[in-house]
Amino acid sequence: MFEAVAFYLFAFLTIVMFYITVTTSQALFALTALAAGMIFISAFFFILGADFLGAVQIIVYTGAVMALYAFGMMFFDTTRKVKEKNGNKYIVVGLATLSAVMVVAIFMAPIVSTNIQVFYPEIEGVGNTQMVGIVLFTKYLIPFEVAAVMLLVAMVAGIVLAGKKMDLSLTKMNAEQIKEIEEKDKKVLS
Amino acid sequence: MDNAYLIETIIKVVVILLIFSALAGIGTYFERKVLAFMQRRLGPMNVGPFGLLQVGADGIKLFTKEDIIPTNVVGPIFKIAPVITAATAFMAAAAIPFLPSFELFGHEVHPIVADINIGILYVLGVMAVGLFGPLLGGMASANKFSLLSAARAAAVFISYEVVTGLAILAPIMMVGSLSLIDFNNYQIEHGWIVWSQPVAFVLFWIAAFAETGRTPFHLIANDHEIIDGFGTEYSGMRWGLFFIGEYANMFFISFVIPILFLGGFGDGSVLGAVALFGKMAFFFFFFLWTRAAWPDVRPDQLMWLCWKVLMPVAVINVVITGLVMMF
Repeated sequence: MFEAVAFYLFAFLTIVMFYITVTTSQALFALTALAAGMIFISAFFFILGADFLGAVQIIVYTGAVMALYAFGMMFFDTTRKVKEKNGNKYIVVGLATLSAVMVVAIFMAPIVSTNIQVFYPEIEGVGNTQMVGIVLFTKYLIPFEVAAVMLLVAMVAGIVLAGKKMDLSLTKMNAEQIKEIEEKDKKVLS
Repeated sequence: MDNAYLIETIIKVVVILLIFSALAGIGTYFERKVLAFMQRRLGPMNVGPFGLLQVGADGIKLFTKEDIIPTNVVGPIFKIAPVITAATAFMAAAAIPFLPSFELFGHEVHPIVADINIGILYVLGVMAVGLFGPLLGGMASANKFSLLSAARAAAVFISYEVVTGLAILAPIMMVGSLSLIDFNNYQIEHGWIVWSQPVAFVLFWIAAFAETGRTPFHLIANDHEIIDGFGTEYSGMRWGLFFIGEYANMFFISFVIPILFLGGFGDGSVLGAVALFGKMAFFFFFFLWTRAAWPDVRPDQLMWLCWKVLMPVAVINVVITGLVMMF
């Protein structure tokens, strides 16, 4: 009974939150609803007994949405409504419906044809944290390592992009040196 | 699920909520007294014996003060932000064992709301959500100083979380479980983890200061701007909720550090339980001591410390632990 109540409660909350995310024109509402929705999704993992994935869902998405807030802070006055540029509404609605139907079809197809197989049956007496580890380092080792390499590439690229002039510190310079640098920048820009 | 379990859980939740919201109030009294003695003042003296009733006076003031919602703020977000801080602090407490299990009227009581097998991960994750409170409060406030404070909250968040995660990884590798009760039981057999993982202990301790937003990482509510950062526009009980959240977080992290590194409640005797409270009191006192003794750092200094010093040290610690465990 508890599981049913929890499921319907969190299903309702998640749908409401994501509905707010896509319909509101207030950046702060959208971000907050997105964060809340992502955290509510973790409840489904807990209901299914996948505690580890649930906790990871909370940790990962709080961090991710926090970064989105930082961008929101930079690009918008978050206390005002954003004027959205609405193109052809029919195209937007059509594409959105089509992609939603396709996603549902992709996930439902194996269930309908009862074609789902369990490659790695549950091992007795092993917690789900260990199970995730076992599957990651046997069946999914190559995707796991590829993802790690891709993240490393992204990190190196990020450092290269952001790391220009990292050795300079404006607080340690006097006014003339700062002026010199500013003039140099002007030449580069013009 | 039987009814006895349900009733027991509800009682535990209510007890934890009541005790720790009261402790948060008394925590402010301790903080004032400790700071006062370290700065050669008297602290609160006038209300009640030794100023003990000051807590009640503050409570009455907070509860009866008008709840002002300024114009131009984003109303719903502004109202919900303090609740996030307070609620997540108490949600995190669900996986913390406060005492060893004991018998009460012939019924065995486990003083932990839910012994989930990912305890420490859950506690740290939910505590991290608490930082959304200052962030949202600052961004919704329509006040430039609050917005700056929200930006600093984001900076604090992205710096400390990696350090906590990596610092705790080495002890987790040794224990082989994420449950706080398993941590406690491991330390009964093998001795305190702090002796085998001193680096992880220090790193986690430093990160705990950033996590609770205490001096020297008290950048969220920036004191040297004279105003209260994200709390500038708040009044009455909404501001009080931020405070309750912060102090409850301090208490909970002061419980988590001894359970992880300093033997927790030991073998479950009365002495062990008292020892856990003693350790908790020491860590709580240390928060106040640091506040009296150290200045705040700048946000860029915090990020430098976390990313360029603490994170590499934590990674090296994990690698060395792995090598030692392998051979």
